[in-house]
Amino acid sequence: MSDGEGAPGNDGSQFDRLPATGRERVVEGRATREEVLDWWDERFDVGPETFANHTFWEKGKGKIWVFADELPSPQGREGVGMTVLRTRQEHWKPTTTAVRKWGHLASKNVIDLSPGQATAFAAGHDQDLPEWDGDWGYLIATHELAGEQVPIGVGLYVYDELRSVVPKGYQEELPEL
Amino acid sequence: MNDDGGVLDRYASLADDEAAFRAACDRPLPSVVRVNTLAADADRVARAFDEEGTGYERVDWHDGLFRMADRSPGTTWPYAHGWVHGQEEVSCLPALALDPEPGTRVWDTCAAPGSKTTQLAALMGDTGTLVGNDTSLGRLSALRHNAERLGVTNLVVDQQDARNYSLNGLGFDEFDATLVDAPCSCEGTIRKNPDAFDTWTLDHVHEVAGIQKGILRRAVQATRPGGTVVYSTCTFAPEENEAVLDHVLGEEDCAIVEWDCPLESVPGVSEWNDEEYDPSVAKATRVYPHHNDTGGFFLAKLRVGGADEGVAT
Repeated sequence: MSDGEGAPGNDGSQFDRLPATGRERVVEGRATREEVLDWWDERFDVGPETFANHTFWEKGKGKIWVFADELPSPQGREGVGMTVLRTRQEHWKPTTTAVRKWGHLASKNVIDLSPGQATAFAAGHDQDLPEWDGDWGYLIATHELAGEQVPIGVGLYVYDELRSVVPKGYQEELPEL
Repeated sequence: MNDDGGVLDRYASLADDEAAFRAACDRPLPSVVRVNTLAADADRVARAFDEEGTGYERVDWHDGLFRMADRSPGTTWPYAHGWVHGQEEVSCLPALALDPEPGTRVWDTCAAPGSKTTQLAALMGDTGTLVGNDTSLGRLSALRHNAERLGVTNLVVDQQDARNYSLNGLGFDEFDATLVDAPCSCEGTIRKNPDAFDTWTLDHVHEVAGIQKGILRRAVQATRPGGTVVYSTCTFAPEENEAVLDHVLGEEDCAIVEWDCPLESVPGVSEWNDEEYDPSVAKATRVYPHHNDTGGFFLAKLRVGGADEGVAT
């Protein structure tokens, strides 16, 4: 097996299903299903039942995918579900698409943006936000649209600043509501 | 006028109103978006468009389609949130005809860039296993991007030649339903791509028809008895439509079944250029641009044979 960009024992060219718990872990440094569920629960208060019917997979160095069904492991295909999380780094990072799909369930580490802030965030701009007194790190940025708070993407909050980590391909100049 | 190089003359006799057909082919298409029901419902999308002042018209035959006043829906909040996806009205028909059940196994043989694939995922409620296959890695990357953007989690993206597709490694050996939205000469897209006819040749029509036959045969083989296969193209050429169905009816255990097309359409043609096709090709659907002010389209729903062959689904 190749080691997938420096992740020992991880074959970066294929999808491997995450082990249920640490006791079943074979590949060094690989996240477990239990850890992934705990992380969403602890960081955003998104409960494990959210992913009850999904399986989790690793491809490449710490890129975790979520799939709606069962499949034999490994898979040598081009895609299995959608990306949900990056592990194998000091702070795990949710993907923009995962936050847009499940972020409305979160009740922790969610930052509600004003219309002007939301527009700047969606365009990929960092902004000073000293009034935030919650945790530092990865937050879910939301705004109000059609009567509800809607997640826009992932922000990184450090030193009184909210950094937009919306990927370039998803950045847009959008109207201020 | 678009320069069709005489290609439309070929089909003038098939269209029920030749003048209207030619005139429609010469008008540009409106920009249309489909609501991604995995993320929002149509009324919520309408409210969001209203809030930001984006103009639209609701399509009367399908609750989840909006004709946009501005041609670039990409710079709207509903688009940024993955609530809508650009997809022409007529291109929504194949997934509606296939009508896949949640929790089932579905194969999209020629999936990229994914507007129909993501529509199938939404109809499946993002459950079960949807395999989106295509031959080109570049187009597959567009498929993956679109599926992620719309929050699809039940999609396996695969790169194989659909004509000899292998299910090895999937953990099951047949699909419940299969969509063959085949590569074609794209004559029906002339309103979107005014240069679609620049490279048109009869040789290409015959070449692509051979590929279509191969993919549709494999689709029938890989689908369980009693399961459904939908065949669709965006071309008017009977060589790529009724002739392909006629071939597969003769080679594989399947039958064309009726389906209720929600757009104005006409039956498939059973005769063309001294060729006669199986009479059941009349159950196929031809949609011309002047019928509903859309692109052109062809579609047939097949039931895979087996013990109770002939029972329409």
